Amino acid sequence: MARGKGFDVTRQPGFTTVALLCFVMLYLPIVLLVVFSFNDSTSVAEWGGFSLRWYQSALENERVQEATIRSVIIATAASILATGAAVGAALATTRTRPWRGQTVVFAIVNQPLMVPEIVTAVALLIFFAMIKVATGYTGLWYLIIAHTAFCIPFAFLPIRARLQGMDLTLEQAAADLYATPWQAFRRVTLPQLWPGILAGAMLAFVISLDDVVITEFVKSAGQDTLPTYMLGQLRRVVTPEINAISTALLAVSVLLVMAFFFLSRSRK
Amino acid sequence: MIEIDRVTKVFGSAADAFRALDTVSVTIRQNEFFTLLGPSGCGKTTLLRVIAGFVDPTEGSVTLEGQDLLRLAPYERPVNTVFQSYALFPHMTVAQNIGFGLEMQGKPGEEVRRTVGEMLDLVRMSELADRRTSEISGGQQQRVALARALAPRPRVLLLDEPLSALDFKLRKDMQLELKRLQSETGITFVFVTHDQEEALTMSDRIAVMNAGAIRQIGSPRDIYDHPAERFVADFIGDTNFLEAELLTVEGERAEVRLASGREIAARAAEGGAGQGPVTVAVRPEHADLAPEGEGLLPGRLGDVVYFGTDTHFHVDLDAGGRFVVRRQNQPDQAEARGRGDRVSVRFGPGVGQVLRD
Repeated sequence: MARGKGFDVTRQPGFTTVALLCFVMLYLPIVLLVVFSFNDSTSVAEWGGFSLRWYQSALENERVQEATIRSVIIATAASILATGAAVGAALATTRTRPWRGQTVVFAIVNQPLMVPEIVTAVALLIFFAMIKVATGYTGLWYLIIAHTAFCIPFAFLPIRARLQGMDLTLEQAAADLYATPWQAFRRVTLPQLWPGILAGAMLAFVISLDDVVITEFVKSAGQDTLPTYMLGQLRRVVTPEINAISTALLAVSVLLVMAFFFLSRSRK
Repeated sequence: MIEIDRVTKVFGSAADAFRALDTVSVTIRQNEFFTLLGPSGCGKTTLLRVIAGFVDPTEGSVTLEGQDLLRLAPYERPVNTVFQSYALFPHMTVAQNIGFGLEMQGKPGEEVRRTVGEMLDLVRMSELADRRTSEISGGQQQRVALARALAPRPRVLLLDEPLSALDFKLRKDMQLELKRLQSETGITFVFVTHDQEEALTMSDRIAVMNAGAIRQIGSPRDIYDHPAERFVADFIGDTNFLEAELLTVEGERAEVRLASGREIAARAAEGGAGQGPVTVAVRPEHADLAPEGEGLLPGRLGDVVYFGTDTHFHVDLDAGGRFVVRRQNQPDQAEARGRGDRVSVRFGPGVGQVLRD
C-alpha cells in the first residue's frame, strides 16, 4: 500500500464523534422500533407500559397471516430458482475455458444490481400486463418470476466467489482418478460448494422477503406480501402492530444474514 | 511403454504464442523410473500433463502400449498423478481419499476396502485411516497422495515435483521410499523435478529438458559423466569448460588440443562437429593437481576452499580462465599448497567430454 504508516483515519480529530453519530443514526431508530413494538399504548410515539398485545394482534390478523404465508412462498420459490440459475451461471463463468461473451454474461446476470429497481418494476408491470391480457393468468408466478430475476445476482456472487476460491487441481485429481465430469462435480465440487450455495440461497431469501418496489408494481389485487401490506397500513392508521411485524421481520433477516456470514466464513 | 512422438504444445496464439513443448520425442520403458529434469518453465510439467490428459498437444502423438492416449479423456486413461500440491479431497478422510479411484472404477465395496487397507500398509499410514486430510502433516499428506494414485494400479504413475514441499530430511526419506514403492509395485514412474540430486538418486533414466525440448536422455551416470552439451553440463553438477580444438573424432573417441598446446584423448557427444574449435567439459572431481611441468594445464593457485568432505582448488590457468579441482579430504592431512603456488591441472585420457555446442 502506498499510504504507508503515516495516515491512520482512526486517529483523526473527531473520528470517534463521527463514528458514534453514524451508529446512533443507524441503530437508534431500529432500537426505538423494537422497544415500541412492546408498547401497551395505541400510540406509536408514547410509551404506555410493556405488553405483547401488538404481537398477539398481528398474529390474529388474518391479512397479516395471509401476507406472511405469501411472502414465504414467494421467497422460498424465488430463492430456490435463483440459486439454481446462479449455480449454473457461476459454473459457466469459472469452470470453462474463457469464452467470448463471458463478460457480457457476467453483466447480464448482475443487471438487477445496476438497473434502478423502479425501472425494472415499471418494465415488469408492462410486460406482465401484456401476458395477463394474452393468457388470462393472474396467479402468484408473476411475483415468483420477478423475485427470481432480481435475486439471481445475490445468489450468484457468493457461489461464484466460493468456486473461484476452490482449488482447481482437486477437480483434475478427481478426473485423474477415473471420475467422469458429472461424478467429479457431484463427489468433489458440490460438497465443497454447499456452503456457498446455502449462503447464496439465504441471501436471495432475505432479499425477496424484503422487497417492496417490484412487488408493489407486479402484484395483482389481493396479492399483498408482508412488506406491501405494511406499506398499505401506513397509509391508514399507524398502530404499534406495524412495529411488532417489523420487529419479527427484522429478527428473521438478522438470523439469516448471520447464518450467511458464518457459512461464507467456513472456508474449510 | 509410453511413446511420445514429436509432441508440440503452443499456448496462446499469433504474436504472443509460447512454445511450451517443441517436437518432443521420447520412449519411456515399462517398469522404469523415468525422470524429466529441467529448470522451471522448461516444459517438463506440460509434458507430464499431456500424458495425464490435462493438456492437449498442438501436434504429435502419445501412445501407451500401442493405445492412442490422446483420444482418451483424463478419466479414461490408465494413468494416475501425484500432484505437486497433493490435491487431497478436504471433505474426505484418508481412507476415502485412497479409495476414491477404485470407487470411480466401480470396484465392489469389499475390494475397495481390501485395496485401501493394502495401500495404507504400503505407505505406513494405517493408524491414520479415519483422519481428515487437514489433520495430518505434510509428509503424511504426501504419502496419502501416493497411496491414492497407486490404489487403482495404474500402468503409469506421474509425479509432479511431489517432494518439493517437504523439508530436507523428509525429502531424503521419501526419495528412498519412492524408489522402494516403484520396485515393489513394478509400475512405470514418470517423475518431474528441477532438483538434479533427486533425479540422480532415484532415476533409471533421466531426460534433461530446456526451453521445451529434451536435450539429453540417459542413465544418471551417463548424464553426469558424459553431458552432451553445455546446458546439460552446466545444469547438472559443477563443470569446468575448456576451449579446445578438435583434431580427430571417431565414434565416441576424440583427440583434442587444449589451450596449453597439450593433446589428449576425450569423449565426443553424438552429433557433434567434425573438427575445429570445441568446448571440453571436465568435472572438478575428475581432475587433479600436479607439480608444475607435469600436468596438462599450467596455472597459478588462487583460492583454496575447505568444505569438510572435500577441498576446492581454484586454479587461474595461464591460457586464461579458471579451473576448479575438487579433492576429497583425508583426516589430519594439512594442505601443503597455498595461494600463489605454481601448479598444473591434470586429468586422464577419456575424462574430458567434447560438447555438442
